[in-house]
Order: sequence, then C-alpha cells, then structure tokens
Amino acid sequence: MTALASNRGAGVTPRRRGARSGTGWIGLIPFSVYAILFLGIPAVLAIASGFFTSGGTFTISNFSAFGDPVILKDLVGSLGLSAASAILGAVVGALVCYAMLGMNPDGWLRTIVDSAASVLAQFGGVMLAFAFIATIGNQGLLIVILNQVFGPGTFSSPIYTVPGLTLVYLYFEIPLMVLTFMPALEALKPAWGEAVATLGGSRWTYWRKVGFPILAPAFFGCMILLFANSFSSFATAAALISQGGIWPLDIQRALTSETVVGHENEAGVIALGMIVVMVVLMSAYGVLQRRAARWER
Amino acid sequence: MTAISTRPAPDESMTPVQAAPAAEPFVAARAGRSPRYGAKPARATSLVILIVVGAVFLLPIAAMAIFSFRSNQGGYTVGHYLDVFNPALEYTYDGLFVGIQNSLGLCVITVAIILVLLLPVMILTELRYPKLRRVLEFVCLLPITIPTVVLVVGFIPVYSLLSQLLGSDAWTLGFAIGVIALPYAYRPIAVNLAGVDVVTLTEAARSLGAGWLSVLWRVVIPNLRRGILAACFITIAVVLGEYTIASFLSRTTFQTALVLIQHTDPYVAVIFSLIALLLAFVLLLAIGRLGSIRPRSKD
Repeated sequence: MTALASNRGAGVTPRRRGARSGTGWIGLIPFSVYAILFLGIPAVLAIASGFFTSGGTFTISNFSAFGDPVILKDLVGSLGLSAASAILGAVVGALVCYAMLGMNPDGWLRTIVDSAASVLAQFGGVMLAFAFIATIGNQGLLIVILNQVFGPGTFSSPIYTVPGLTLVYLYFEIPLMVLTFMPALEALKPAWGEAVATLGGSRWTYWRKVGFPILAPAFFGCMILLFANSFSSFATAAALISQGGIWPLDIQRALTSETVVGHENEAGVIALGMIVVMVVLMSAYGVLQRRAARWER
Repeated sequence: MTAISTRPAPDESMTPVQAAPAAEPFVAARAGRSPRYGAKPARATSLVILIVVGAVFLLPIAAMAIFSFRSNQGGYTVGHYLDVFNPALEYTYDGLFVGIQNSLGLCVITVAIILVLLLPVMILTELRYPKLRRVLEFVCLLPITIPTVVLVVGFIPVYSLLSQLLGSDAWTLGFAIGVIALPYAYRPIAVNLAGVDVVTLTEAARSLGAGWLSVLWRVVIPNLRRGILAACFITIAVVLGEYTIASFLSRTTFQTALVLIQHTDPYVAVIFSLIALLLAFVLLLAIGRLGSIRPRSKD
C-alpha cells in the first residue's frame, strides 16, 4: 500500500521528465524490509549454521561430510534426477506451449490448461505422492491392470526409487514449464512471421532463422528454473522414499535426527553445497535472461 | 539501461500500438483461409499434442478417484465419502478442517504480499530505477537458490522471535510462504514486463497528460495482466501445496493435516486431495475467465 501511495505522490507533483531525484525510492522500502526480514536473515542464519558446532563454536570440520561416500552418491542422484526431469519437462512443456499458441488466447481451452498447469506446478509434495501411489504404486491402478494382463509380478512400482522419481517430478515440471515459457512464446511478434513469409521463407525457415534462435535463451532459462525446482524439491521424495538418495532428504535426516553425535550441523554443510550448485545454475540463467530480453522488447 | 540502448530503434512509434490490443492478430488467424505463417501451429497438431499430454496428466487424477471408491473388503463403495459427513467421526477430521481454513487464509495473505509488495517494486524499478532491475531479479530468484528445507533452518529462530510479537497463529506463515512464492510470481511478471515496452508506453501516456495513477492503472497494469494473473495463480498453488515450512514450524495447514490423516484414513486423505485439486482448479479457472473478460468489456 505504501509503495502505491508513494508512486501516486511522486506523480502528482512535477511534470519534469525523468526526475530521478524524486521521492520514488520510498516505494522500494516496504519490499526491501520484507526481503531482508524473511529472506536475508533466514538465509544467513541457515548457511551460517554449517560453520558452527552445536555448542556455537566456529568450525570448518563439518565440511568433512563432503568426503562421505553416501553424501557423494546422493549428490549424483540429485543431479541426475534434476537433469532428467528438467530436460524432459522443458521439451514436453515447450511442445504444450507450442500447441497452445494455436488456441484462442482468450478461449476456454486456454484457460483450462492455464489453470490446470498452475494447480499442478506447485502441487509437489503430499498430494502428488498420493496420486502416484494410486496410479503406479505397489497397489496402483496401472500396475494392477498391467499385471492382470501380462501375469502377476511382471511389473513392479518404479516410484520408490530415485530414477523412478523422474516420472513423478515430471507431473509438476511440465506444468511449470508451460507457465513460465508461455509468455516468452507469446512475445514472438506476428510481424516477424509476416516478414519471413513476405521474403518467401517457409515456416521451417521461420523456426530455424527466427523462432528457435530467439526462443533459445528463454527456453534454456526456463529449463534451468525447472532443474532448480527439482533439485530443491523434497516433500514428494520424502513421501515416497524412505532410505534417502538425494540431498534434500539428507538435509531432512540431518535436521530431524539431532541425536546422532557429529551430524548436528551437517544440514548446513549440505545446504551450502546445494547453494554452490545453484549459484552456478543461476549465473547461467542470468546470462540467458539478458539474451532473451534483447529480443523481447 | 543497456537493454534499452540495444533495443532495435525503428519500431519505437509502433510499440504502444502493437502492445495495446493483444487479441487482434488471433482473431485474424481464426478467420484465416490464408496460409499459415509465423509460430502458429496447425490446429490438428495442437489438438494431438494437447490430447496426448492431457490424457497422461488425467491418469493419476482418475486413479485417485477410483481409489477413493475402493472398499477395504474388495469391491467399490461410497462409504469413504459418507465418513466425512458422519458426526460420529467428526473429531477425526477436525484437524483437517482447521488446516483447510488456515491454508485459505494464507492464500489471501500471500497473494496480497505479491500484489502489494512485489508488483509495485517491479513496475517502479522498470520505470524509474532500471539499474536496480538486476538487484531485484537477484533477490526474487534467491529463494530458488536457497532450497526451502534450508531456509526453514533460518525461519525457526526468526519465527520464535516473531511469535512473541504477532503470536503463533498459522497466518504468520504467510510471510515465509510469500518468500517461497517470490521466484514463481516474479518470473511471469518479469517476462511480461520484458515483452511490453512499459517505458515507451508510460512516456506516451504521460505526454498525453495522464497522471501516474492513471498510467499505472490504465496503461501499465492492463498490459501486464497476463503476467500478474499467472503470478497470482502460481502463488495460490504454492500456498496450497506448501508442506515443508508448515511441518518444520509445526503449524497446521492443509498439507500437514493431510499427512496426519493419511496414517489413520488414507481414503479420506485421497478424497480431500481430489477435492482440493478440483477446488483449486475451479478457483483458478474462475480467475482466468475474469482476466480474459474484463479487458473486452472495456473496449
């Protein structure tokens, strides 16, 4: 509210163009305070915990966790799961976006897909786990039917292993791709298509010379977002897998099993490791965003 | 700053004209005998993709529905649905209803945080402080870089302090969930902002004598309505699906209540998952329809 009000205040006064010295900066304050209180401080507290013993003394001995073969194996599991679900999710999601482009943007089908995608995109966690247990869990509908057709025991449930989680993760990755990539696809100007057609280019020419190159940064940017989403998502995995296998589950185990001596602040250490991976990803995302923005203006 | 200077110059006068009537080119395409050009797919291609993907996505939902009718003794029954309304079992489901109520309240608070705190700052940054755009993006994407399980470790001390000030009611979770929703709310608005030249639009409106409020309400926000709507959609979905924060901070929300009840009555857990999915879907559908109807009635 304050932010809006200050916008108003800045506008009523002068008609000077580009008045940089106005009171507009006041509008930045509420968000800044919020971000510091609920993002900055918790983030610093969380990361800092890796550098301290449970007694509160500064230490770097917690980092020996990265030598643990289980932690290393789980890192590979996490990266593999995230990559598989991000790549498949981005490709299928982009296809759906492409298909949606042919639909009336104000039509009912478009609204249904939009709504369904936003419901599913962040329905990770418990409900997603329920849905997949009911479908391809040990007593799941599809598994039962397949075993009735091909004989008992032919198929077993894949969702209780880390690679099998890819299937489950796609259920929120594809909708997330649809939601995040669709605006970029819509920003393709009809004039560019007209220009290619006028110059005698085919639709393939359009995609090869205009569509793909312009969409590529946005596409890979969205894919990185999907990777990040899988990499840090944990509720679904926690509901389906009990023996660990990816880093978020290791963090949960470290946070909840406070009784294991020497592992108290392991969560902070793994978290720092995750953040390092994420910073690399986000830097790449930043570069791609700058390239995408060049064409979306 | 750099983005503005590298922008291809010639179509500067065209931009506001193109940006305003978004629905125009699609109407032309629908009527079309003319050969297709540009990005638009063939109708058959569209339908095949949407039907195949749609069927795969409906399967788990259908499986949940079938599961909810499965009887313990084999065969099918509506008994699990009747249990929900059974006064004798009311006590069993009490926590679930409290969780649902809390989660709906959290939806309102979190969307308000996005609209009142995030959106004005994004527009202000774009118009007046373009140098801060990178900073804002960094801040908004930070919650992706820091996984929720990690952030929760920091939320625990923050909330032990906050509960002395505001109490430990479930609604206070809105602040934390708002942070989790930031990247997802930011993305669609940012993509929309990048696709619409708000600077030129604003300058045009200002030079025609519009005040800032008028510029904001009648020029900037209508051009951003798809981005804003997508941001609200995704924020609501984030709140309804949020489990990690609530469980680590020991608050009763819909998801934590579902997990509890799943141990005693998996059928009811599935029933409520289904109902929640449908309710959220219908709710978002309604919002989506509102969003596409409003500008048309304005014309």
